[in-house]
Amino acid sequence: MSDPIEKVSIVVSKGSLEGVYPALIMANGARAEGIEANLFFTFFGLDAVNKARCAHIKVATVGNPGLHLASLVGVIPGVSWLMTRYMGHKMDKLDIPPIPEFIEMIGDTGAGLYGCKASCDLFGLSQDDLVAQVKDIITVGEFYEMSAGGQIIFT
Amino acid sequence: MPSATYAGTTVAVDDEGFFEDPNAWTEAMAPEIARQAGIEELTEQHWRVIKFMRTEYAEKGTGPTVRVLGKTSGVSVKELYQLFPKGPAKTAALIAGIPKPRGCI
Repeated sequence: MSDPIEKVSIVVSKGSLEGVYPALIMANGARAEGIEANLFFTFFGLDAVNKARCAHIKVATVGNPGLHLASLVGVIPGVSWLMTRYMGHKMDKLDIPPIPEFIEMIGDTGAGLYGCKASCDLFGLSQDDLVAQVKDIITVGEFYEMSAGGQIIFT
Repeated sequence: MPSATYAGTTVAVDDEGFFEDPNAWTEAMAPEIARQAGIEELTEQHWRVIKFMRTEYAEKGTGPTVRVLGKTSGVSVKELYQLFPKGPAKTAALIAGIPKPRGCI
């Protein structure tokens, strides 16, 4: 049998619902298996840990062929909100927590949450703008240092 | 089929050490399984989780995930990870002699 995975670093680069959830589920699932996990939020992925935005992450209704919704419909104001609500109901039934609660839970599992320095500079964000679970804002170099000896997953 | 001996009794387990037959488990076996899983001493809080796992399994036929444990066992997610650092639901199921819980959240 090959060696088990002992550590993962997950990069969250997208700010859509379908961009954020898989990373959170993978990080939480890693911790449940006893695997060390770090999450690195970069670019629009920062929305998931941005106090002002983490409760307003939406499904992409444009440029998302998997939704099987005509692009023209996707651009109508409110459609993204509606799809997000619909998905939220379905996830709630499966006991998948909303993003802010999920982030809090992942923090409780002992996973490390970090903001990307370049992205925070770009969007003018400081640690105060991010949720309490974010331990630090770090550079890409520090991220690699932290990820040493583990697997890196980019989402 | 692999087997393991706890408290003087040989039981059938799967490749990861989970009991094939939860009825073969006794409380006397738990401390020994726990030590193998890296937990030196089972405290009252450990037992609370282990007993909860058994009750849930008996009722639902499957062990709870960490999310469910955190919401219903009375032990918070944070404390669960302090008690069972190598994965609360997985380790507690192992010690409680029930199959590994399946669930993604």
